[in-house]
Formats: sequence, structure tokens, C-alpha cells
Amino acid sequence: MEQTLFGIMMYFVAMFTIGGIYAIIVLGLNMHWGVSGLFNAGIAGFFAIGAYTTAILTTPTSPKHLGGFDLPVWLGMLGSMVTAGIVAYGVGRICLRLRADYLAIATIGIAEIFRLVLKNETWMTNGTRGITNVPRPFEDFATPWSQIAFLGVVILVVAATYFIVERALDAPWGRVMRAIRENDTAAEAAGKNVVRFRLQAFVFGAMFMGLGGAMTAHAFKFIGPEATEPLLTTFLVWVMLIIGGSGNNRGAILGAIVVWAIWSMTQLVTGFLPPDWAVRASLLRVFLVGLLLQVMLQNFSGGLIPEKSPKIGDRQKQTPAP
Amino acid sequence: MTQPLISVEHVSKSFGGIQAVRDCSLTVQKGSITALIGPNGAGKTTLFNMVAGFMPPTAGRITLDGEDITGKPPHQLFARGLVRTFQIPHEFSAMTVLENLMVVPMEQAGESLLVALFVRGRIHKQESEIRERAEQVLEFLRLTHLRFERAGNLSGGQKKLLELARTMMTDAKIVLLDELGAGVNRTLLAELATDIERLNREQGYTFWLIEHDMDLIARLCDPVIVMAEGTVLTQGTMAEIQANPAVIEAYLGAGAAARRTAP
Repeated sequence: MEQTLFGIMMYFVAMFTIGGIYAIIVLGLNMHWGVSGLFNAGIAGFFAIGAYTTAILTTPTSPKHLGGFDLPVWLGMLGSMVTAGIVAYGVGRICLRLRADYLAIATIGIAEIFRLVLKNETWMTNGTRGITNVPRPFEDFATPWSQIAFLGVVILVVAATYFIVERALDAPWGRVMRAIRENDTAAEAAGKNVVRFRLQAFVFGAMFMGLGGAMTAHAFKFIGPEATEPLLTTFLVWVMLIIGGSGNNRGAILGAIVVWAIWSMTQLVTGFLPPDWAVRASLLRVFLVGLLLQVMLQNFSGGLIPEKSPKIGDRQKQTPAP
Repeated sequence: MTQPLISVEHVSKSFGGIQAVRDCSLTVQKGSITALIGPNGAGKTTLFNMVAGFMPPTAGRITLDGEDITGKPPHQLFARGLVRTFQIPHEFSAMTVLENLMVVPMEQAGESLLVALFVRGRIHKQESEIRERAEQVLEFLRLTHLRFERAGNLSGGQKKLLELARTMMTDAKIVLLDELGAGVNRTLLAELATDIERLNREQGYTFWLIEHDMDLIARLCDPVIVMAEGTVLTQGTMAEIQANPAVIEAYLGAGAAARRTAP
């Protein structure tokens, strides 16, 4: 009995750890799509760049891949954000002049190029075998405490990310971004340098996607090409944002937790099925999430927590008009 | 004659094989309410788009206050005091009316990401100033009761008012109004005309407007510039324009002037 309880607790610790990491990435996507209307379909690319950057920076020296440089974890995470941001700047300079749908296609293409480069440049990333020995903070602690302490780190990073993106949104900067999302021609006519603002939002959001990738590498103490599959790092992130509430940072976090809970619990259920069923069931899972997305879009198009205007322009927080 | 505020010199624009504007030259004087009229397809909106920087001319030169602005992007022209509205309202629909106005003013410190993140104190003071100005504009245009409404929920006429309201959030030298009156009922239109007149007299805005409502033009505008088939046909007061057979011909087709004056 006690062991079962312990197992359940550990399950939830793991679930919230991964859910929390997803929340960071979804907050990044919310900056792109929810706030600025940038259709980034290449999340996997920034995720992969972040994950490999920290892996190379923080692992002990190894002949199998570039580095490692044995740097502290926080420096690795910072490095991931910087690298993802620099790459986003380059990609943004090329792609952000494109209209929304073309931006989506371009970002998918670029993300796949990055993923394939990381997979095939064996000297740098150890190819398909991946990078092992990625340090995890508090990994020396005894079993439950190590995981719990890392969950604490994740929660802290989510809180910090939320604080930062919320501040940007609840400021004239966020207002300009929302205006550009609503009507870029009118924003241009209102004197806003649309291309420059978009580039800022693109870099800003991508930094958190890179951070999410870095956290994943530390959580699993390993990063390989499978972890950067678009199903898990692009598709699922989009579902989380749409279900949670595009344009709302709290919605983004809630969406990440809810969708990840459903995703990982269905995995738990399929584990009890006979082996030949289990294979089919994993495909059913994708179907199930798709169905959930469909239901949400049909009935609650704003998501679980829909967007609302920040304080100064919001009727709820002002005295009603006479 | 003093230096014109806007001067369009031999401007042309072609889209593929179609020449929308042909060797067009005109001026807009400071302090005036100038009208730009002409039949559909005369190239009025295309000319506006070029003056406001939304598309570069194929040939020719445009100056604002004597300075060459040909091909400059809209946000740079905005910074030099040239503002426009759109024929089809371009509201920021998911944002409140108040936010639609507050987004407009230039040089908001909080538009810098770094200031937004680290120097909140600088934002708050500026925000309340901008808010106050927005409230004044809404009051002037009788939109106060709608300030917390989503702009997307406004009626067609209210959206036109919102377009005008946004231009009032700037210290513009010149405002280009593209068919502000289209789709607006007559009562509201009369009010709009009064608003434009007041802004022109009391606050010194120069207006240049494309309009189809002849009563409104007769009441407000001097001079009236007539465009037809991509070029300037004539220019003058409303009375002069109305007496010009070429103008009637452009609107109603060849022979119309003769038929009209016959009985």
C-alpha cells in the first residue's frame, strides 16, 4: 500500500515536472502566436537548439561530442536562451516579412533543417546516440528528494518566465504587439515599425522555447534526436496553447498542465493493455488529443482562460462608464 | 504662394499592365481642407497609398513640408506628422476602444522591451497622460460610453469615428481621410463634418480627404481636386468644379454635360 502511494506520488512529481517544462515552452509560443500573431510551426527547432546547447555546455569533457565544457547548469540554461535567441534573430530577419501562412511553412522547414543538422553532425552532438551525463540539479539527493527538488527548480523557472512575459504584455510593448496581431497595416499607419516589433517578439519567445529544451535535457539527464520530434515539441505545444487560451499567459500554463496530464495519464492506461493493443493505443492517444482540440475549438474557442485586455484598457478593473 | 504642405510631382503607378496613376501633380496647402474626388477607379486611393507610404510610386516625387518622402515607409511618415485613415475601417478588433487610441502616440517609453521589463516607473506616468488624452478625444467624438467595448463590436459608423479618433491621438500636420463618410448615416456624417471643421479651425489640423458625398465636400472643402483615369483633371472651388463640363463628363460619360445643360 505504502509503495503504491509512493509510486503515485512519484508519478505526479514527474508529471508536473514535464508539464512545467511544457508551460515554459507554451509561454514562449504564446508570445509568438497569442500575443503577436506569429505562426511559428518550428518550435521543435528552437527546443532542439536549447537542449543541445546546454548539453554541450554543462556535460563533462567527452570525446563523443563537442565539449563538454563542464559549466554550471544555470550558465547552460542561460546559454540555451542566448543561442535560441540568436538563431531566432537570423530566422526572423529572413522570414518575418512573410505573411502568416508562409511564415508557418518557412519555420517548419527551418526547424527540420536544424533538427537534421543536430542529428547528423556526429562530431558535435554524438548523432542518434545523443548526449549522456547531462547534469541535473540536486541529482545527488536521495530518491524522492532529488526529483522533488528538481520539480522545485522547474516551478521557479515557470514562475520567473510567467513574471517576465506578463510584464512585457502588460505594458505599451504588449499593446503594440497585440495591435500588430489584430491589424498590421493599421499598426504601421499608427507609426509602429511592424517588422522591428515582430523581430523582438520572435526572439523573445524563442528564448523561452530554448529554455524549455534546456530544462528537458537536464530533467532526463540526456538529449537525443527523439526528444525533438515535432509531435511532442511542436504539435503538442500548439494544442496546449489553444486549449489553455491563446493570448493569456495563465491560460498557457494551465493548458500545458492539463494537456500533459491527459497525455501522460493515457500512457498510464495503455500500459495495462496487452502488448499488441498497446502499440495501437499510443496512436489512439494522438487521436484523442486531436478530438479534445476539436471539441475545445468548436465550443470554447477562447480556450480555458480566454485573453483579456490588461488593466488600463479593461472594463472589469475600471469604474463602469456613467 | 507659400510652400505647400504636400506636393505630388509627376507621380505614376502601374500594377503590371494597368496604369492606376499617370503623371499626377498636385499640391495640398497648409491649413486647408482639400478634397480629392473622382469616379471609381480614378486612382484616388492608390495616390493616397503612395503619399502615405503604403506603396512606392513607379515614377515621380512626393514631398512633405519640402522634404522628399518618396518611398518612405508609413511609420516614418507618421513620425513626420502624416497620418491616414482607411476606407475600410482597420480597427484593432480584440482590443478595447480605449486601447485602440492609447496604442497610437509615438515615443512611448514602454514600447521598449527593456523599459517594459525593468523600468516600470517610467511607464505609469506616461500611461496616465496618454489615457487622459484618449479620454478627451473620446469625449470630443462622443464615444466615451464605448471606451471599454471591444472595437470589433462597434457599428460601421462608430468604427469610422474610431478611425478619426486615432488620428487625433497624434499631433499630425496632415490627416488623410479615405472615404470617412462611406457607410455612415446622414446624421452622424453631419456631426463628423462639424468635428473635422472644428479640428481644422481650432487645432490646426490640415485635412486631405477622399469623399463621395458632394454636400459634405461643398460644406467643408476648398479646394477640390478632381481625378479621372489616373490623373488630375482639374482643381478649384466646389462651384467651379460643378460648372466644369469636363468633370461632369468624367463622372457621367461623354455627352452628359451637353444633355445636362440642354433643357
